[in-house]
Amino acid sequence: MTTGTTTAPAGSAIAPRRRRADDVAGLGTARAGLFVAPALIIIGLFLLFPAVWTIWLGMTDYRLTGLQAASPEFVGFDNYTDALTDPSFWNSLWLTLIFVLFSGIIGQTLIGFALAWSVRNIHGWAKALIEGLVLAAWVIPASVASFLWLVLLDRRSGTVNGLLGTEGTAWLIDHPMESIIVFNIWVGTAFSMQLFSSALSAVPPSQIESAKMVGASGWQQLRDVIVPNIKGHILTNTLLITLWTFNTFTPYLVTAGGPNGKTEILSVYIYETAIPGGQLGLGAAISLIMLLINLVIALGYVRVSRGRKKR
Amino acid sequence: MINHSRRRTLAAFAIATAGALVFAGCAGEAPEETEESGPVTLTITANAITGGKNAAEADWITDWVIPEFEAAMEEDGKDVTVEFEPQGVDDENYKTKIALDLQSGEGADIIGMDGIWVGEFAEAGYIKPLSEVGGDAVDDWEGWEQIPEAVQAALSFDDARYGVPQGADGRVLYFNKDLFEQAGLPADWQPESWDDVLDAARELKKLDGVTPIQLNAGTAMGEATTMQGLLPMLVGTGEQVYEEEQWVGDTDGLNDVLDLYKTIYVDEGLGDAVLQQEAAGRDTSFQLFASNQIGILLEGDYFWRSVINPAEGVGTAPMANRDEVVGYTKIPAMEPGSGINGQNFVSMSGGTGRVLNPNSDHPEVAWELLAFMNSADAYEARNAGTLAITPRTDVNDEMLADDPMLTYVSEEVLPITAYRPPLAAYPQVSTALQQATLDVVSGMSVADAASAYADAVKDIAGDDAVSGG
Repeated sequence: MTTGTTTAPAGSAIAPRRRRADDVAGLGTARAGLFVAPALIIIGLFLLFPAVWTIWLGMTDYRLTGLQAASPEFVGFDNYTDALTDPSFWNSLWLTLIFVLFSGIIGQTLIGFALAWSVRNIHGWAKALIEGLVLAAWVIPASVASFLWLVLLDRRSGTVNGLLGTEGTAWLIDHPMESIIVFNIWVGTAFSMQLFSSALSAVPPSQIESAKMVGASGWQQLRDVIVPNIKGHILTNTLLITLWTFNTFTPYLVTAGGPNGKTEILSVYIYETAIPGGQLGLGAAISLIMLLINLVIALGYVRVSRGRKKR
Repeated sequence: MINHSRRRTLAAFAIATAGALVFAGCAGEAPEETEESGPVTLTITANAITGGKNAAEADWITDWVIPEFEAAMEEDGKDVTVEFEPQGVDDENYKTKIALDLQSGEGADIIGMDGIWVGEFAEAGYIKPLSEVGGDAVDDWEGWEQIPEAVQAALSFDDARYGVPQGADGRVLYFNKDLFEQAGLPADWQPESWDDVLDAARELKKLDGVTPIQLNAGTAMGEATTMQGLLPMLVGTGEQVYEEEQWVGDTDGLNDVLDLYKTIYVDEGLGDAVLQQEAAGRDTSFQLFASNQIGILLEGDYFWRSVINPAEGVGTAPMANRDEVVGYTKIPAMEPGSGINGQNFVSMSGGTGRVLNPNSDHPEVAWELLAFMNSADAYEARNAGTLAITPRTDVNDEMLADDPMLTYVSEEVLPITAYRPPLAAYPQVSTALQQATLDVVSGMSVADAASAYADAVKDIAGDDAVSGG
């Protein structure tokens, strides 16, 4: 039903393109370079320089204070071998993997999907209320949320102990990892829920109707219609959640890595090493190791998603 | 479609933006005005904040130091403005903050710091000897005569003064007389040995809802664990953390101290081990003591004059009946005579003070302000709020008589006290000691904790610099 009125502006837009076929924007190389210069400077200043500096720092014995702060010495790969032979590094990596698996992949993704699935047919105020509550957890600044959780889990007058009748239970001392896993699920589930909500609304209703017509149960609909339709979303969501959870520092606000390093996930481990521990060189080296692990995770997902598209 | 003039505008905008970024980077390095005739702004920072940590010091700086100093400068015809940057955080966080400030060439002109940080800050080149920063006026200052050498040493490193000490302190055992009475213990309690302390704790354990004794342990409390826990006990065994150019390693004394921790927290449950692992454990222990739930607590005089001080707006855990209920007594050696120098009683002292920032734009005026803050008048004004032991003999002689507790510390505790070594490696050794106590409190055997500690110190200082097996 289109009319012919759009042809005139379209023709005028093509005109400059015809004149400079090699340069779409029509700026010329020098001007185009100037145009992106601010962005390049910012990228160089805030991304490239810190990255290169981290690599250099990681090869020195630089410390926050003392003699090594005044004149750090080049130690080559000592920091890397020190980190990789230190049991506390591997312990920290192990804790991080547990944390990512339970709070990120299982917790946030599954609960987020379950929430999105269960509210998909609800409309009106009830849906707004549920979504609002979940989003609130996400919108509250992490520092505020962590205070809230400290109060909830407090040993002496905590709300959780009051509700469960478990007076005197020090959740953050007796079950530190479980506590930060639940905390992180609480903080981050809203994202998965929102993402899956929009994914679910994009599933063609005709396919669901057809499945219902042939008598598929709820589970069968989910497995054979919904999941194949939103596979891409599941993958993207899992990649994002994994990387975010892997790098998050927020649990530090709840447990400070304690007690005795039981919640010292990698980000906290690096902070403890570099800032209060003062070993900036070693901290930089571990940061780089962490960056490489991130890269491996991302590449892994890219491979999986490529394989999926080929099929 | 972008026409020619619009394109030119965009290009100009791009150049301007890039230029602005480049210039923004340079602006900070422009040479500063060194002429002292113009208006001068000085800043003071300290881990003190009105209504919170070290409130009395913060109030004194804002209500007395700043207006008085500005007025005095105005009389001299100088236009000086002083600003206070309060902090109210854990000492460890405060230390990190000022280290980062100094490292990046920033920071306040006058910085309050713990004496024990002076070594590592000096080695890093963050701070410089006072006379190098403040000029000749520093050595001519009248105050040095009033401050005993030992007190000056708290802010010195390598035989050079890096700052002006702001006080001396000592550690004692505090106890709650109400709880002692309920447990049938004397109100004028003076234990002679560790066993006496443990016996009293065992009596207190019979009371409901009371933690008998809290001896600081663990890494969450940072230096408080070393200074108000392990070190006073260690000197009670006759050993020091650093003597004859060696750090204490896996020694008998250290094992005795760790055994004591095990007795208190693991074997007999006289203390609350969980509390020692909580992130806010020290503040919680203050609150619990103030609410009559802890029987015995080892703390410095800071606890008396600041934490539980009932005066309006001073204490973070004020006790209205502090003077009647809270008793204090010297810390006994393990056994009579087993302490360092054959002492029956022991203590540890530290000192805080203020240094000049070498990056200061107006170091000479900053020194004038620092000297002003350490004048007799300034200490008298400071003590009008809450009394503290000052570094100045003239002021102490006049004022301490007003407070029996501080007189006690000054007369009974300071003569028998010991100091931490002013070495740059100390803070790392201290962290290793904290970890050793944490290991014991969380269930590791004393032997394992002690040998893990000794290994850690060997990594820090080298094999030869550690004593013991």
